[in-house]
Amino acid sequence: MTWELAANVVTGGLLIGLVYALMALGLSVIFGVTRIVNFAHGEMTVLAMFAAVILFRQFGLDPILMSPIVAAGLFALGYGLQRYLVAPFVTRPEHEQFILLLAVAFALTNGMLIVFGPEAQGILTDYSFDSYEIGPLIVDKTKAIAGLISLVVAALLLGFFRYSATGRAIRACADNLIGAGVVGLNVPYLYALTFAIGAATVGVAGCLLSIIMDATPVLGPELTLLAFIIVIVGGLGSMTGALLGGVLIGVSEALAGLLFTPSLKSMLSFGLLILVLVVRPQGLFGKSGAR
Amino acid sequence: MLSVRDLTLFYGDAQALDGVGFDIGEGEIVAIVGANGAGKTSLIRAVAGMERPAGGTIRFRGADIAGWPPHRICNTGIGQVAEGRQIFPSLSVMENLQMGAMLPRARKRFRQSLDEVIALFPRLEERRDQAAGTLSGGEQQMLAIGRCLMGRPELILFDEPSLGLAPTIVADVFRIIRRLHEGGMSIVLVEQNVSASLRLSSRAYVLENGRVVAEGASAELANDPRIRQAYLGL
Ligand SMILES: Nc1ncnc2c1ncn2[C@@H]1O[C@H](COP(=O)(O)OP(=O)(O)O)[C@@H](O)[C@H]1O
Ligand SMILES: [Mg+2]
Repeated sequence: MTWELAANVVTGGLLIGLVYALMALGLSVIFGVTRIVNFAHGEMTVLAMFAAVILFRQFGLDPILMSPIVAAGLFALGYGLQRYLVAPFVTRPEHEQFILLLAVAFALTNGMLIVFGPEAQGILTDYSFDSYEIGPLIVDKTKAIAGLISLVVAALLLGFFRYSATGRAIRACADNLIGAGVVGLNVPYLYALTFAIGAATVGVAGCLLSIIMDATPVLGPELTLLAFIIVIVGGLGSMTGALLGGVLIGVSEALAGLLFTPSLKSMLSFGLLILVLVVRPQGLFGKSGAR
Repeated sequence: MLSVRDLTLFYGDAQALDGVGFDIGEGEIVAIVGANGAGKTSLIRAVAGMERPAGGTIRFRGADIAGWPPHRICNTGIGQVAEGRQIFPSLSVMENLQMGAMLPRARKRFRQSLDEVIALFPRLEERRDQAAGTLSGGEQQMLAIGRCLMGRPELILFDEPSLGLAPTIVADVFRIIRRLHEGGMSIVLVEQNVSASLRLSSRAYVLENGRVVAEGASAELANDPRIRQAYLGL
C-alpha cells in the first residue's frame, strides 16, 4: 500500500464524512432544541435521495441544482410532522416519542418499498466519472462537490443559529423553555421550524448522497444509525461536534475498507462509538454532565 | 385594565386556584400576597397563558384572554418577570434583551427600548457580551426586568422578584418597581415579602389555598390584626 493510495482513500472518506456530518447535523439540531430523537432520520434522507433520483430520471434535472427544491419539500414535511404529529408527544414520556418516530420510520421505508421497489437506484450524471488531480491526489468530482456543498450548508446553518433573530430565538427555546414562554416566543412554531430546518438539512444531504451512492429503501435504518453514531461521538447537542464526528466516521469507514475489507466499515464505526463512550461519555465536544 | 373573575386551575386532580378574582386599574400597583403554596405563581402563570385555566374569565382591556397562548397574551402588552428569573443562561446579556423584543409589538422599537433599559440598568451594558448565566443573582434579576421591558409591556406581572436576593439588592429591586410605577406602568406584584409589598402597593389581595381571603387598601390590610399576625409576624 502506497501512501498516495492511503491519502486518496482518506480524502474520499473525509469528503463523504462531510455529507454524513450534514445529515447528522439535522439530527443534532432537532434533538438539541426539541429533545425529540428523530428515529426516522435516515429514512428521511433516503426519501430525499429518491426525490433526487426521480427528478433526474424523469426530468433530467441535476441532483445538485435540485437540492434546494428537495430541501424545500423536506422542510414542509418536517414542519407538518412536528406541528401535527410530534407536537402532542413533546411532553409525553420518551418511550412514547420513540415509538411514534419509529412508526414514522417504518411507514417511510415501507412506503418507499411500495413506490420505488427494493432495487438500488443510482444516478449517472455526465460528471459521475470525472475527477480532479491535485498533486498526488485523485479526487472524485462527485465527492468533491458533495463534500464542499455540505461544508457550505453546515456553515450557513451555524450562521443562521448564531446571527439571525429567529436562530437566536430557537437557541433561547433550547436554553430555557419556561423563559421562552415568559418573553412570549411562539414555541410551537419555533419547534416546528426547527424540525423543518433539520429535515431540510437532510434534504440537501440526501441529494448529495444520491450522486455518491445508490438509493434503496433499506438504506434508511443504516443511515439513522450512522447519524446517531456521529452525533454521540461528536457530543449530543454540539453542532461542531456533529461536523467533526461525521468526518471522523467517514475517514474511519474509508480506512476500514482499505486496511481490512469494506464490509468491516460499520464495525470500525461502532468500535469508535464504544471507545468514545468509554473514554469520554459526553462525546468529543459534549459538555460533561449536560442534562 | 385587567379583571380576573372566578379563575380556577388544576394540576391533574390537585386544585391550585379556586374561584380567584382580582382587578387592577391603569397605572395601579396591586400586591398579591400569601404563603408558600398559596397559588400566587399559578395565578400569574394562568394570566400569562402558561397554564390553561379550567374556568373563569381574564379580561384585559375588554378582551377575554383566558386560554390564549402565551405569545399572544404577551403581545397584548402583558409582560412577566417570572419566579426564578428564567433568563437564558447560555445566551449573552444582549441576546437575552433581544429575545425580550421578539414580540411583533416590540420589534420596531428595539433601539428605543434598549436605550431605555440601559439607562435604567447601566450594568447590563457593561456585561452585554457575557453569558447571562455568569451574572450574579441581582444582575440576573435586573436582566429579567430589562428583558421584560424590551417587550414594551403596559402591565407587568412580577412573581417574587426579591426571592433569593441579598437585602440591599432587594431594596434596589423594589426601588426599580416604584420607579416603573411612577412612569405610569401598571404592576401586579406577587410577594412573600408581605410588609414591603404592602408598602409599595395601593391595594392588595391575600391568597390562601387558591382563594382570595382578604382584599382592600394596602395601608388598611397592613393594620388588620389578622394579617399582621399571619403574615407580618406581629
Ligand atoms: N406544575 C405543578 N404541578 C403540580 N402542582 C403544582 C405545580 N405548580 C404548583 N403546584 C401546586 O399548586 C399549589 C400552588 O403553587 P404555587 O402557585 O406555586 O404557589 P405559590 O407561588 O403561592 O408558592 C401548590 O400546592 C403547589 O404544590
Ligand atoms: Mg410562587
